[in-house]
Amino acid sequence: MGRITLDKVTKKFGDVEVIPPLDLTIDDGEFVVFVGPSGCGKSTLLRLIAGLEDVSGGEIRIDGKPATDLPPAKRGLAMVFQSYALYPHMSVRKNIAFPMKMAGMPEDEQKRRIDNAARALNLTDYLDRRPGQLSGGQRQRVAIGRAIVREPAAFLFDEPLSNLDAALRVGMRMEISELHKKLDTTMIYVTHDQVEAMTMADKIVVLRAGNIEQVGSPLELYRNPRNTFVAGFIGSPKMNLIDGAEAKKHSAETIGVRPEHIDVSASEGTWKGRIGVAEHLGSDTFFHVHDTGLAETLTIRASGEVALRHGDTVFLTPQADKIHRFDAQGLRIA
Amino acid sequence: MATQHSRSAARIMISPAVLLLLAWMIVPLALTIYFSLLRYNLLMPGTERFVGLLNYKLFFNNPAFFTALLNTLLLVGGVLIITVVGGILLAILLDQPMWGQGIVRILVIAPFFVMPTVSALVWKNMFMNPVSGLFAEFSKAVGLQPFDFLTHAPLASIIGIVSWQWLPFATLILLTAIQSLDSEQMEAAEMDGASPLSRFWYITLPHLSRAITVVILIQTIFLLSVFAEILVTTNGGPGNASTNLTYLVYARSLLNFDVGGGSAGGVVAIILANIVAIFLMRMIGKNLDA
Ligand SMILES: Nc1ncnc2c1ncn2[C@@H]1O[C@H](COP(=O)(O)OP(=O)(O)O)[C@@H](O)[C@H]1O
Ligand SMILES: [Mg+2]
Repeated sequence: MGRITLDKVTKKFGDVEVIPPLDLTIDDGEFVVFVGPSGCGKSTLLRLIAGLEDVSGGEIRIDGKPATDLPPAKRGLAMVFQSYALYPHMSVRKNIAFPMKMAGMPEDEQKRRIDNAARALNLTDYLDRRPGQLSGGQRQRVAIGRAIVREPAAFLFDEPLSNLDAALRVGMRMEISELHKKLDTTMIYVTHDQVEAMTMADKIVVLRAGNIEQVGSPLELYRNPRNTFVAGFIGSPKMNLIDGAEAKKHSAETIGVRPEHIDVSASEGTWKGRIGVAEHLGSDTFFHVHDTGLAETLTIRASGEVALRHGDTVFLTPQADKIHRFDAQGLRIA
Repeated sequence: MATQHSRSAARIMISPAVLLLLAWMIVPLALTIYFSLLRYNLLMPGTERFVGLLNYKLFFNNPAFFTALLNTLLLVGGVLIITVVGGILLAILLDQPMWGQGIVRILVIAPFFVMPTVSALVWKNMFMNPVSGLFAEFSKAVGLQPFDFLTHAPLASIIGIVSWQWLPFATLILLTAIQSLDSEQMEAAEMDGASPLSRFWYITLPHLSRAITVVILIQTIFLLSVFAEILVTTNGGPGNASTNLTYLVYARSLLNFDVGGGSAGGVVAIILANIVAIFLMRMIGKNLDA
């Protein structure tokens, strides 16, 4: 079980309020991703849940029981840190055994769990090595192993993949997702990378300056961003936001169109512009289009085969049903 | 330093310094060994002659030798234990955020800047003196007989004085080591359910092992040759109770004017220091690898 409820939780460092009153419910077995720009309070929120920071106000409940004043070890949560935080002088086996040893678990039960975790995480051959003798990905797996063996009510991850190279990151992303499917335990995952959020989450929590901007499934956020911040943050490349006369035509203050929802033509269309930089990814090409009179640049996503060059004149047509409208406060107009 | 050329250039460049250091070391060592093989007493000038290992035989047969050897080891061991344990505790204390941290840190480091002779004299006259010392005052205040430290516990008193001098060094090195401990490791241990004591035992202490090794190695080198503190407080006495090897060599060569005997003692001290160094390196030097 791992249902976590935050009730008007706030956090101040001195006079600075990093987390204004915040309510959030995380259901048992959910994979929740906190996503937001750097410094928006994601780690702080996670550390509040873990008990590594004291709340300044409000209440945290785990499985319905008040946990606000419980020390970290008593909350039944396991955390995987950004720096892995492995114990450098202990072997992998001892690292994984540490929480069980602290809990006074019998030796044979410890051994059974270590073997299971090592098998699940492909660490069997490395159990007697020190963390310093492992690659980044292996260290990451040891940190996860140390968390698994406690059989916690929920896992907390703080940007666990940010120290890995791109290829490894994709691999570990899948491994963590698979682990979640297998264990069916609540996971809270912090990242600033919206791709990680989109690919892994059951539920995404978008944060800005400690405030929750929107909570929803990845596709909900993609289809119906509640405001311009979420619209710009979720989706890659970013949504084009256009204000001024063009937005007024749609009776909105700002309109947003995703790059993949703009059709390109060499001969006719709603908007006219000049191709700037083209980024060829093979499968797709991203064109940055200038001189449209709408915004500095518009990004459009075309198939990889489109033969347009730098300086060419193009015509763009937004797909009518994919235009997002926002009011003066940046909130979505239904 | 990759090419043959740059390597030989480097050798030529450093050779003057190396030669100077070598001469600096070899000449006194050779002279000491040479003197140790002579009958050479300053009270009988002109009678020097080669006596082989006689000086060594006399030095070993002197009952003071074994007392001095034991005292040396007790002094080194005692000070090491006090400074390492005390240094760890102080370092942990100083690492806590507290009011007036900067001033407290300076106060803790201060004893290191006091010369050994001065600090030993201050301890002797202002603290341990059985008539006018502070400790005597305290004893009298609570109605006890003042204790004459330097007469009844001379070696322990000297261990105390020397520990006081070296505690700042140990504290400083251990404090920097504690500060380099990754706070996420501590938090991970906290989440893993480790009590403060377990965290100290399983995380902090292993993290400090290398710094402790450095403290022990460096201090041992200096503690084997403690001299000034003994000279100004007990003069090695009463009897030989606080004589270490260094002091014995001094007493031999400069109080008895026996240069030959003193030199033999010096050579013995060098050999002993090396034996201790080898043992230390064997025992704890592996902490320094990787
Ligand atoms: N211990 C602290 N003391 C003071 N300010 C802090 C502390 N920890 C974090 N902050 C501040 O809180 C804000 C949120 O930090 P953090 O939660 O680490 O952001 P994120 O993980 O989203 O990048 C930042 O502005 C940061 O400077
Ligand atoms: Mg962070």
